[in-house]
Amino acid sequence: MSPAIRIAGVTKRFRSLQALAGVDLEIAQGEFFGLLGPNGAGKTTLISSLAGLARPDSGTLEVMGHDVVRDYRAARMALGVVPQELVFDPFFTVREMLVLQSGYFGLKKNDAWIDEILHHLDLTSKANANMRMLSGGMKRRALVAQALVHRPPVIVLDEPTAGVDVELRQGLWHFIRKLNQDGHTIVLTTHYLEEAETLCGRIAMLKAGRIVALDTTANLLQRFASHALKVKLAAPVVLPAALAAKATRQEGTELEFGFDRFDELAELLAGIKSAGGTLVDMALGTPDMEQVFVGIMNQN
Amino acid sequence: MQGFNTLLYKECLRFWKVGFQTVLSPVLTAVLYLLIFGHVLEDHVQPYPGVNYTAFLVPGLVMMTVLQNAFANSSSSLIQSKITGNIVFVLLPPISYREFYSAYVIAAVLRGAMCGLGVLLVSLPFVSFNIAEPVWIVAFTLLGGAFLASLGVIAGIWADKFDQLAAFQNFLIMPLTMLSGVFYSIHSLPAFWQGVSHFNPFFFMIDGFRYGFFGVSDVSPWTSIGVVTVCFVVLAVITLQMLARGYKLRA
Repeated sequence: MSPAIRIAGVTKRFRSLQALAGVDLEIAQGEFFGLLGPNGAGKTTLISSLAGLARPDSGTLEVMGHDVVRDYRAARMALGVVPQELVFDPFFTVREMLVLQSGYFGLKKNDAWIDEILHHLDLTSKANANMRMLSGGMKRRALVAQALVHRPPVIVLDEPTAGVDVELRQGLWHFIRKLNQDGHTIVLTTHYLEEAETLCGRIAMLKAGRIVALDTTANLLQRFASHALKVKLAAPVVLPAALAAKATRQEGTELEFGFDRFDELAELLAGIKSAGGTLVDMALGTPDMEQVFVGIMNQN
Repeated sequence: MQGFNTLLYKECLRFWKVGFQTVLSPVLTAVLYLLIFGHVLEDHVQPYPGVNYTAFLVPGLVMMTVLQNAFANSSSSLIQSKITGNIVFVLLPPISYREFYSAYVIAAVLRGAMCGLGVLLVSLPFVSFNIAEPVWIVAFTLLGGAFLASLGVIAGIWADKFDQLAAFQNFLIMPLTMLSGVFYSIHSLPAFWQGVSHFNPFFFMIDGFRYGFFGVSDVSPWTSIGVVTVCFVVLAVITLQMLARGYKLRA
């Protein structure tokens, strides 16, 4: 079975900016994959190259085994892209736009599927409204609908929840998750790291056009993030050197420690007690993707 | 093929939805030209023997309307799509650059032809003539319209803002059409300006088109059709090359 996406040795330069500096990546069919990175890391350029909106200087890209240049028709049929910008054609209604988009992909009779997408994205009541009349969130959903009209096996969402309210975001993720469960491969870029952590099975992190981390979400969390112990003491104490080295923060009676394994926890508490500290309050912090992200970006 | 059909349909639907602006306005403008120039010059100018000025003016205005609207359609559609960003909707699907080009050009020619036909129909109460060679009329409408539609595709892709497109329209298209013999026969010009007119492809489009109405023209219609065909082929090749390379559309 060919991977949903295969990217090999892709480079792209815009004048003095090296947008992609040799990217290799394979995404298996059925994955929910996250592509993370700071602004300007090359995420959108990579997606644009995959969708044929940008032409890489070197390297190859395939969607479901189809080269995006040589076999562009099959590659584009297999790909649905939700662009980052909130774009729309002001001449048409939501339904007209979806019918047109179906036609561009060679689908003549697509009304049943269009109705289904409109229903799932809660746009049925707006089907005959002009795109100009929709709110930002509705326009975003209409963009998702457009990307799905041809039932692509691979769906790329480029920051789909930017500026979208919580309720809509949850509704959108519910639908995207369902698509993933139905077998669609999902590739997501987002600045909301908790979204990536919750949704994605595997994550790649890009920085300055290179992949600097690529692993399962669980492994990334395990490898790069530590647990945190936050304590409040009855009175300030002087920590012994070994314990002080593990403290990530100390402000008066409030201290924070980082640790990787839970068996270190008892050791930390014993150290605090032997230094004369009396616990007033205590909390455990779980590792999160933000820690991983910041850690990896600082490393590279 | 379905992708091409849909893009063509969408391009036609786009101008049809704003028909007051894209079809009726150009017709009204041309009719105003006809009324004003015809009234002022009718008794003073007889461009061809047996052809009065108003009758002479009508084919020129019809063709000018065809050309200007063919250009306006492809150029404005593309620049609007580029500036609003919705051009991605036609770049993401599996539509080839040849289909892309053909859809924009055919839709633009259709709009030009509709506007031209509108001008002709509205002019009928003011003039009477027998159409001498309708085949030439159709040939010059299609070729001239396609030439300007291609130029519109180039301008729409090249321009980054509406101001640049307006410059293209006002400093290139408008002078070339106005100085192409719409309002006069070039035989009424001094020899030097007659010579200059022969470097203006719009002159051949208007003159050849007019031949279809009267069976007389300033130059042979075969010369005109030759010039217009060569100009169209050259522009089509340039436009297709731009689209194939993804110039300003696919980074």
